[in-house]
Amino acid sequence: MKIEEPKSHDLTPRLWVDKYADYLYGYACVRIDDKELARDLVQETFLAALEGIEKFDGRSSEKTWLTAILKNKIFDVYRKKSSRQNKQATEQITTTEGDEFFDDDSGHWKEVHYPTSFGIEEPDALENKEFQQVLKSCIKKLPPLWESVFTMKHIDDESSEAICTELKLTASNFWVIIHRAKVNLRACLQRNWI
Amino acid sequence: MEKLNNDKVRKILNDCRKATFLVEKQQSEKITAEEEIELQLHLKGCDMCRIFMKQSALINQFAKKLVGSAYNELRLEDGFKEQLQKRIDKKMDTQ
Repeated sequence: MKIEEPKSHDLTPRLWVDKYADYLYGYACVRIDDKELARDLVQETFLAALEGIEKFDGRSSEKTWLTAILKNKIFDVYRKKSSRQNKQATEQITTTEGDEFFDDDSGHWKEVHYPTSFGIEEPDALENKEFQQVLKSCIKKLPPLWESVFTMKHIDDESSEAICTELKLTASNFWVIIHRAKVNLRACLQRNWI
Repeated sequence: MEKLNNDKVRKILNDCRKATFLVEKQQSEKITAEEEIELQLHLKGCDMCRIFMKQSALINQFAKKLVGSAYNELRLEDGFKEQLQKRIDKKMDTQ
């Protein structure tokens, strides 16, 4: 065992649960919206960290290091969730066929999908808890690959390049997904909010 | 840049799919000068895509907000924490 190497001295595994369990749990819940899975990932993160304790190089804080381990585990979940859909979805998204929102020829909004105001575009709208709930359930209804892309981009704040690499997408497919996901989400909000 | 004739302008004005695509792309990346002109031209004449643009930005802000709210509210159950603590202690003791 190499746990006596200087850098890992900075780690205090016996305090991890007290110091970071809630934080990591929250971090995972936001991103995968499955509490049981989130709980398991926190556990796996601590155990993986213990196994890899000699890999800690002291360049980041203990918290940052643990979060990075968890993040990789979350990316694995995204990948698994989307891989089944990935191939089929990639074929679908490169054609405009079956696009329910826009006219195939002109690209104009179809009449039934005309966007209308939500009535909450004011600045204090962000505090609206009910709207947050509706948004959450709308995100969950997206196809898995789109959900992963949307979450990584808007919740994880990952760069476009990183998302393409992690989920094995081309840049052009990535933008098509970002667009479709948002058009779908917006429509879902319009249906369920107004 | 290709000169804008009437046909091209009509196409741009009608193409909400393209306009909303550019709205999304523009939020995180620079779009070309030509795309920028197309988008501005389209938005000028299209109420619906202007609504889309506003709401798209709103959705992004709300998505960020979701992160913050969860950190304040979520707690891992005590029982699970205790189990986890035991596993860690056991592992540390055997090392």
